[in-house]
Amino acid sequence: MSILVFAENTDGNFKKSTLEAVAYAAEVAKNTSTTCVAVSIGNVDDTKAEELSKYGADKIVNVKNDKLATFIAEPFAKILANISSQENASIIVVSNTYSGKSIAPKVAAKLKAGIVSGVISYPDTTNGFKVRRTVFSGKAFADVDITTPIKVLAITPNTFTTLENNKTVNLVSTDSGLNDADFNTTSIEVTRVTGKIVLTEAEVVISGGRGLKGPENWHLVEHLAEALNAATACSKPVSDMDWRSHSEHVGQTGITIKPNLYFAIGISGAIQHLAGVSSSKVIVVINKDPEAPFFKAADYGIVGDAFEVMPKIIEAAKKLKAQHA
Amino acid sequence: MKILVCISNVPDTTTKITFTDNNTKFNTAGVQFIINPYDELALARALELTEKQGGTVTVVNVGLADSDPSIRKALAIGATDAIRINAEPIDAYFVAEQIASYAKNENFDLILTGRESIDYNSGQVCGLLAEMLGIPSVNAINSLEIENGIATMMRDIDGGREKLSAKLPLVASALQELAEARIPNMRGIMSARTKPLTIVEAAGIEKNSATIGFELPAAKGSCKMIAPENAEQLIELLHNEAKVI
Ligand SMILES: Cc1cc2nc3c(=O)[nH]c(=O)nc-3n(C[C@H](O)[C@H](O)[C@H](O)COP(=O)(O)OP(=O)(O)OC[C@H]3O[C@@H](n4cnc5c(N)ncnc54)[C@H](O)[C@@H]3O)c2cc1C
Repeated sequence: MSILVFAENTDGNFKKSTLEAVAYAAEVAKNTSTTCVAVSIGNVDDTKAEELSKYGADKIVNVKNDKLATFIAEPFAKILANISSQENASIIVVSNTYSGKSIAPKVAAKLKAGIVSGVISYPDTTNGFKVRRTVFSGKAFADVDITTPIKVLAITPNTFTTLENNKTVNLVSTDSGLNDADFNTTSIEVTRVTGKIVLTEAEVVISGGRGLKGPENWHLVEHLAEALNAATACSKPVSDMDWRSHSEHVGQTGITIKPNLYFAIGISGAIQHLAGVSSSKVIVVINKDPEAPFFKAADYGIVGDAFEVMPKIIEAAKKLKAQHA
Repeated sequence: MKILVCISNVPDTTTKITFTDNNTKFNTAGVQFIINPYDELALARALELTEKQGGTVTVVNVGLADSDPSIRKALAIGATDAIRINAEPIDAYFVAEQIASYAKNENFDLILTGRESIDYNSGQVCGLLAEMLGIPSVNAINSLEIENGIATMMRDIDGGREKLSAKLPLVASALQELAEARIPNMRGIMSARTKPLTIVEAAGIEKNSATIGFELPAAKGSCKMIAPENAEQLIELLHNEAKVI
């Protein structure tokens, strides 16, 4: 038996969410006295893939193939399911990123495995196999019991630690063994946001609402984001009015995020907005209305005009950055 | 073109979530149910495609009779006909298996779902269903064009976007920008009454997970207020006290 983890890479590197997933799988393997097998698919150097042993992988399977250099759901799912069978995996762990979300259900269907996504706990195996997940867009938690022999868990990024847990390197490098029929979608073009912190991966997010009056005032969001190495986000009406792109829209019908710090400027805190951000560890609210509902969900607040307080905050953040540069 | 749109019946986005029966059941008392917002976008795009290119749009829901108002609304918006598979939607796997067992003999060219349902947020039906039907799936699409049996889509990926194509049949899940949701008009509402809503008995499928309990997040402690004239102190607090920057 083993615990298998999908070690997702971006252009040959592992993101923090991948290391979290490997560390999670290693912890589950330890608690169930089995081994953790990390599977990397794409064009990752063996020396790079070896790093996964630092986070607790007992074995690393490095599948290398030029055609898999960027993520493609179909063949990736097939490879992962095949290796799961070879390694007799009882649990398959993926991070709940876009790639993770598209691969997890496919793997589950191939292996007839029960699947839970948005997992925020380690499994409790004292009586059955229980995990906790978020439901209702973060408004509640549910405890789910999975009853199939094989289980797929898609864990929420920025929830588990990446504690180092050194294991002896044991790496197997293989080809994919796929044929052309396994590639049933064709990638035409990939555009990545460059020079900006990706919202879903950011530890700090600065977000603006309708209170900022117009797109010309977004320098207040962007300058603070720059000083704090943060990603930028917005409320739904802001993207509906095209002040900002839809890719920044957070909330129940937008992106759900879980950063360490969510900094909301001129956002009222409607229930649909809160649903997408309330799992953030620390929430700061800047709003001129003391009755704004967002203050009830906040850890730090300033009742004030954003146009007056933000310049002071940006100044202080720049100073902090300079001190630590 | 024959399109299937999977719709789920979910609590309105303003719903205050509470539970009953010792926190084992979602409390539906006084809750307004709606078509899942992402599914509405999928439906709108399906209608745009068939209006241009001809074809039919069937909506399918796995649910009990309490889903019927949402299904009727989908018909009022413009769907050709509707299927309700009569079963409590236990989890994504169960729902996908039910839809697969219905769809496998229907030869749909395209099946659309929402990116996720806003109640259980699993986001799995698209991928599970495709795999069960043995056809490709594409998650989180923001655009979809169909020409000569080939779908060309833009999808969100981690940190960017990808343009890709696939041969039909295909399952894809809708994201925010796929289409504008449609509001039913009077004619639609009238004609929905006579459009077919067929109830199909559920396939005998074993469930493979069970939700055993719910919990609400702990209420936040009080919010620490900083006077606007000392706004710069906020940065110091976030650095030294909260330690998040
Ligand atoms: C089906 C549905 C789904 C939805 N999904 C989402 C979602 O996913 N995400 C989302 O965000 N919303 C969503 N909404 C919309 C949501 O209900 C709110 O309308 C929206 O979040 C409000 O955005 P806002 O806070 O930016 O604007 P407003 O509610 O207009 O709030 C602006 C705030 O700025 C403050 N302000 C004004 N001027 C200043 C100033 N000079 N300085 C400081 N503060 C100032 C005001 O006091 C006010 O609190 C959804 C709604 C529906 C019906």
